[in-house]
Amino acid sequence: MSELVLDRLRKEYGSFVAVDDVSLHVREGELVALLGPSGCGKTTTLRMIAGFIEPTAGRITIGGRDVTWDPPYRRDTGMVFQSYALFPHMTVAQNVAFGLEMRKVPRAEAETRVRRALDLVRLGHLADRLPRQLSGGQQQRVALARALVVNPGVFLLDEPLSNLDAKLRLEVRVEIRELQKRLGLTTVFVTHDQEEALTLADRLVVLDHGVVQQVGTPEELYEAPANLFVAGFIGRSNVLRGRVVERGRFVTEAGLALAVPTDGFEPGAAALALRPERITVIPGAAGNGVSGRVALVTYLGAATEYRVTLDGGESLTASMATPRPGDPLKRVGAGDVVTLTWPAETCRLLAPDRGAPTDEGGS
Amino acid sequence: MAPAGRAARLKRRAGRWVLRAIAALVFFFIFIPVIFVVWISLFQQQIVSFPPEGYTLRWYENAFARTEFRDGFGLSLQVAFLAMLIGVTSGAAAAYAIVRFRFPGREALNTLLLGPLVVPGIVAGTSLYVYYIMVENILDMDFRATLHGLVLGHILLTIPWTVRLVSASLIGLDRAVEEAAMNLGAGPWTTFRRITLPMMRPGLVAASLFSFIQSFENLELTLLLVGPGRTTLPVAMLNYLEFRIDPTIAAVATVQIVLIGALMLITDRFVKLSRIV
Ligand SMILES: Nc1ncnc2c1ncn2[C@@H]1O[C@H](COP(=O)(O)OP(=O)(O)O)[C@@H](O)[C@H]1O
Ligand SMILES: [Mg+2]
Repeated sequence: MSELVLDRLRKEYGSFVAVDDVSLHVREGELVALLGPSGCGKTTTLRMIAGFIEPTAGRITIGGRDVTWDPPYRRDTGMVFQSYALFPHMTVAQNVAFGLEMRKVPRAEAETRVRRALDLVRLGHLADRLPRQLSGGQQQRVALARALVVNPGVFLLDEPLSNLDAKLRLEVRVEIRELQKRLGLTTVFVTHDQEEALTLADRLVVLDHGVVQQVGTPEELYEAPANLFVAGFIGRSNVLRGRVVERGRFVTEAGLALAVPTDGFEPGAAALALRPERITVIPGAAGNGVSGRVALVTYLGAATEYRVTLDGGESLTASMATPRPGDPLKRVGAGDVVTLTWPAETCRLLAPDRGAPTDEGGS
Repeated sequence: MAPAGRAARLKRRAGRWVLRAIAALVFFFIFIPVIFVVWISLFQQQIVSFPPEGYTLRWYENAFARTEFRDGFGLSLQVAFLAMLIGVTSGAAAAYAIVRFRFPGREALNTLLLGPLVVPGIVAGTSLYVYYIMVENILDMDFRATLHGLVLGHILLTIPWTVRLVSASLIGLDRAVEEAAMNLGAGPWTTFRRITLPMMRPGLVAASLFSFIQSFENLELTLLLVGPGRTTLPVAMLNYLEFRIDPTIAAVATVQIVLIGALMLITDRFVKLSRIV
């Protein structure tokens, strides 16, 4: 276990920049999720850490040692591949033993460690099977055991759950987190699934177009997104574009004036991000708040969502705990007039330049 | 409702029977020459006519007694084995390079190595014959009617098959598996030996089998490269036919069929041929 430092890591393919000066410090025993849409450079970053891709520029250090130019087999990383990449001609036990064999661990010790690793992922009884005789979830756990058994300095996972069905994904996710904590592994976990990243990681790195958008704990990213991209990618946000007209006042493009904390913003163009679950819906026209008409009510079980068209033409989505029978809100449907309110401090002003999550480029 | 259901079921069943009948017919037409060859090899009379007057094993006796068949068989085995060994080793290396590396002339090399597949054997054989004469003059060394001359010629038969079969098996190989080995500490050579090579095994086995058969049964390319006392089995059979038409030739052919059939069955035990070809 050792800390991992990326220093202005960069990868160019011709004139295309896949990874754009990414700097990151993963502390010992920490799980950091690399999160971003498909094609944003997550896999490229991870493969540079593992040594399969040479960076164009920048430095990688593992436990203080500069490994930027070391071949993969001389770096102390344990990688779990998206396709699992098990050795098809070896049994489960042989797969797991491979790394120990390469490290010349004495046979008796290797056997004990393989057994312990397989027990750790609850596969002890399948040690003599071939990979193709296992289910997807079992193959995934073999891949985990194979990477863990060598006690890697850095544990790398590339979308390890994407080939599992929804139920299994949840199970293995919990399992990975438990193992990682128990063994105190320094871990980089790549995913495009924000829920996965939020529930799993100590800290998240949000990437877009190869550029780090924000680094922080799940709560920091959720409560204080650094820009519109993060606001839209982590959880959901309503976005209203407009201008800061004076201290504490924001006017939307449709002319709606709102009280908003404007610290750090000079008068000028800005965007306002507002979480749906921070908005309260009050049936009818009330004095304080913003009024509009309900366009759509979506029942989601525990919560109900109201899509509201404001008088100026802009739209906001509000999420409320599903009202109980008898609550006047229960009777609100499409076409009804409602009033929306929210605490001013939950509004977050952001620079207006970046749009909603982009989904461009390759895999 | 019920009659419609029964009609559909009948139709489905009829369809299945038609399919089976077609399959049986195809098999029949493929195997009919084989069946006839084996049958005729047992005929009593010298001039083949139907129905047989009786059955005998004397044509087999004759086949084994004649030196041209015994020597031919031995030479064919030798040539096929050597051509397979050299062709599969070099062909597999070439296939690996072609699939794994990007280098100038890669496509051209691929086309070149598959080339012999599209050249008629008799043309290739004639060209080789002329080429060997030239080389003999320059090197002052025999090539026609020699073992090495035959082996070199037959490598032209074994390389294209190997390149095709091994390339196919390499293309289907997930590179992440090799990366996983390197990630676990295996250097390039260990990775190749412990991971890549075993995963190429089915392709290599199939390539060896097909190379062997291609060489063992080749007639056209070999025709001009043999000489007195150095004749492969197929050429020896052709020579025999020039003077005599008796069931001996069918007996030799039967031995050939049994050998190739046995090779395929043995191979199939190690790798399922239906999965590769
Ligand atoms: N070998 C390559 N040559 C050119 N472009 C590449 C190459 N590998 C990846 N890319 C591009 O780099 C970008 C990042 O890829 P990747 O890291 O795989 O994204 P992801 O975040 O989905 O894992 C993508 O736009 C991809 O098309
Ligand atoms: Mg990826």
